[in-house]
Amino acid sequence: MSKPKLAVIGNGMAGIRTIEELLKLAPDKYDITVFGAEPHPNYNRILLSPVLAGEQTIKDIVLNDWDWYKDNGINLITGKKIVDIHRTKREIKAETGEIYSYDRLLVATGSNPFILPISGASLPGVISYRDIADTEAMIDAAKAYKKAIVIGGGLLGLEAANGLKLRGMDVTVVHVMPWLMERQLDERAGKLLQASLEAKGIEFKMQANTEALIPGESGRVAAIKFKSGEQIPAELVVMAVGIRPNTELAAKSGLAVSQRPGGILVNDTMQTLTDPRIYSVGECVNHRGIAYGLVAPLFEMAKVCANHLAEYGIGRYVGSVTSTKLKVTGVDLFSAGNFQGDADTEDITLSDPIGGVYKRLVIKGNKLVGACLYGDTVDGSWYFKLLREGKDIAEIRDQLMFGESNIGDVGHEGNTRAASMKDTDEVCGCNGVCKGAITKAIKEKGLFTLDEVKKHTKAASSCGSCTGLVEQILMFTAGGDYSATPKMKPMCGCTDHTHQEARDAIKANKLLSVPDVMKFLNWRTPNGCSSCRPALNYYLLSTWPKDYIDDPQSRFINERAHANIQKDGTFSVIPRMWGGETTADELRRIANAVDKYKIPTVKVTGGQRIDLLGVKKEDLPSVWKDIGMPSGHAYAKALRTVKTCVGSEWCRFGTQDSTQMGKDLERAFWRMYAPHKVKFAVSGCPRNCAEAGIKDVGVIGVDSGWELYVAGNGGIKTEVAQFFVKVKTSEEVLEYTGAFMQLYREEGWYLERTVHYVSRVGLDYVKKKVLDDAANRKALWERLQFALDGEPDPWFEFAKARVDTRQFIPIKPIAPAGAIAAE
Amino acid sequence: MKIETHMNWRYVCRLDELPVLGARVIERSDEEGGNVAVFRNDQDVVFALLDKCPHKGGPLSQGIVFGERVACPLHNWTIELKSGEAVAPDVGCTKRFPVKIESASVFIDLSTHA
Repeated sequence: MSKPKLAVIGNGMAGIRTIEELLKLAPDKYDITVFGAEPHPNYNRILLSPVLAGEQTIKDIVLNDWDWYKDNGINLITGKKIVDIHRTKREIKAETGEIYSYDRLLVATGSNPFILPISGASLPGVISYRDIADTEAMIDAAKAYKKAIVIGGGLLGLEAANGLKLRGMDVTVVHVMPWLMERQLDERAGKLLQASLEAKGIEFKMQANTEALIPGESGRVAAIKFKSGEQIPAELVVMAVGIRPNTELAAKSGLAVSQRPGGILVNDTMQTLTDPRIYSVGECVNHRGIAYGLVAPLFEMAKVCANHLAEYGIGRYVGSVTSTKLKVTGVDLFSAGNFQGDADTEDITLSDPIGGVYKRLVIKGNKLVGACLYGDTVDGSWYFKLLREGKDIAEIRDQLMFGESNIGDVGHEGNTRAASMKDTDEVCGCNGVCKGAITKAIKEKGLFTLDEVKKHTKAASSCGSCTGLVEQILMFTAGGDYSATPKMKPMCGCTDHTHQEARDAIKANKLLSVPDVMKFLNWRTPNGCSSCRPALNYYLLSTWPKDYIDDPQSRFINERAHANIQKDGTFSVIPRMWGGETTADELRRIANAVDKYKIPTVKVTGGQRIDLLGVKKEDLPSVWKDIGMPSGHAYAKALRTVKTCVGSEWCRFGTQDSTQMGKDLERAFWRMYAPHKVKFAVSGCPRNCAEAGIKDVGVIGVDSGWELYVAGNGGIKTEVAQFFVKVKTSEEVLEYTGAFMQLYREEGWYLERTVHYVSRVGLDYVKKKVLDDAANRKALWERLQFALDGEPDPWFEFAKARVDTRQFIPIKPIAPAGAIAAE
Repeated sequence: MKIETHMNWRYVCRLDELPVLGARVIERSDEEGGNVAVFRNDQDVVFALLDKCPHKGGPLSQGIVFGERVACPLHNWTIELKSGEAVAPDVGCTKRFPVKIESASVFIDLSTHA
């Protein structure tokens, strides 16, 4: 049976990206033919500016070379313009008359440069800036001529001006607006940008309306004339006044096209509104009223389109938030979102004209909605992330302007400026990835997104604290823009549903098993992956305690073996020591077990317990039995330790019996599974020897009662816990802690620590649920007690805790008697 | 059954002694070539791989099994159970061993590496 035919009109980044995504999903589904107007294979159009500036060559920016098409069995026809689509016959016609049939058609015709409708616009020496031919024409012109005019002070015009200047021309930028890049920058940043480009020798003519281009004796353009009557000489004129979706073919073929801002109308699956057999992606598209001109949205469209072409039918494109960065070496600017602000927004600004730094953050309610940075764009990616995810910034508002590093960052030697880092400087301290390795992977493998960089290099894939740096490197290396769809991050590659959607579905439909959730939400893999299964198992467990039957095979090995796996495959055992107190008898049993099972390392932990490292898996049950102490859950997303100081029992400063409080807390909360690990601490006085300020719940005794702090973290980013409430009695400590914990357990996303949960929902929200609403607080605390009541200790109650003890017994294969006889 | 006679099948365990979407370990000394992980997925297909991730030697038997893959418990590399190959973009391969199921019993040939 012959394969259905997929024809692609347009050999550019969006069209080919769609094919790449399609080949990943369904490599043999279609017989693919690509038609390209340019005589080149697919190249990275955003890197034309570095080519013009002489920083890269055409060869460097090719994304898919000729061999790629051949290797993937794609029929590539370049230099052939398609002039007609006959939709009822499902045929397309080339300018030269050939007819090609299709079953599915992808229109990726991109955009055309907008040419000002003025006299002289078609003179020799007047060009636009769009493709390799334009770039080569500019490079050639720079060799023969001196005076260049660039019409348009936007991103593309300035990059062209910079490139021509570097190639030795005298360049004047003509712009109709009062300041440069008015669509990306506010007035002050635009003016700063102009000043720094003037320092590079580029001249500017602002608020200038071009009337005509005047030919010289040779017929080539010789001057530009403004409406004011003024003329200036010009031997090369580059029109960079914007792009328009290239919809000529589509409109002619009867596909619905938007008038303003232009673009072929498509739905969320990238099918044209007119004809579901015809798809369209890229700059020629109008999606929900927006025509995008940046690369990242195109790639998101490509993914969705490929998904639909492969007949998976689950992807939806819902629009993108975009950011901009100028690719002019030595000029740092960044803008994203609603950076101009409006009547409903407030501004935070920092302006240092002498230092050449200007920053403006636009805030609406408690959210960052726009950012415009000039001179110092280090935190661009961080602001962009806050913006995209719509994070509540109320808690960090006063520090927001000073950037992410001010809030705490580790693992990359304090580096915050990717541009100034050497290739040998380490970016990711977890996986030992240096800057050079990342730029190399981006260039050689053609990476465009953070996820791709994470997968290929492992940078930013562990603790994530270098994510901002990696994003910056990506911006510098792969091109100027990068974006992502807001708030729609799916759980993993197995689904398009978010963590929240999964939680909601489990609750609303009383789903009671991992396969049921996957079936209900149309998982695209048979049994998920190592990322979604543990999350779903936790959601089921926390939503339906007692009803849901825990699935150990959906848990990470540590929670399946109830010990921490170590790098050599052995395990560590940490027994529970209530409040950090132990006895001679316990220590004796531990010592005996260390001798008996030849445990190589014994270490005191930061959580006031003892860690036995290097225990063989088959010894685990005997070690637990011999030690005879409860599981410390040091391996689990659960309550770990309750750290205490000695308190009023012994300490001459102590005001409260913190050790007893800690023991009470630990006995009330142990065996409590949570979205991530949970740590408590109790100090007996404000000297806070138990370090309660960096715990999920920190309790500090004062003379008149207890202060509760929540959402602290001593990990990757040290986060100081925030004051939550002051209570009088230890019963209240339990109740308030319990209510906070249960809220986190019920609403937190898997692997979200309390600090991240609270920053997502806002401390005010938590206070409203736990402090202001007494009935709700009691209900939460009761639900937690209900969930914990009768929970087994997995080290001793194997059956009840669903511990598969077969895992502790290695298999010895035997030659069957029958097999030998058969030979 | 000519090919069968070249195989050195050894009995491992009954199929139901392997956890669904899980694995068990055949213990072998380093001289014998190291431990072997025997996996069972939810379609009752059994696979056997050297219990060593091509990345940093993590015990694959302890990983989460899904589809026809296992995620290494140490750094989450994903390994194809059928071929022992790491899933792209990671690159590497671990040895695999022939297995068969006959009347609900699992057999392995440890003498050859497939």
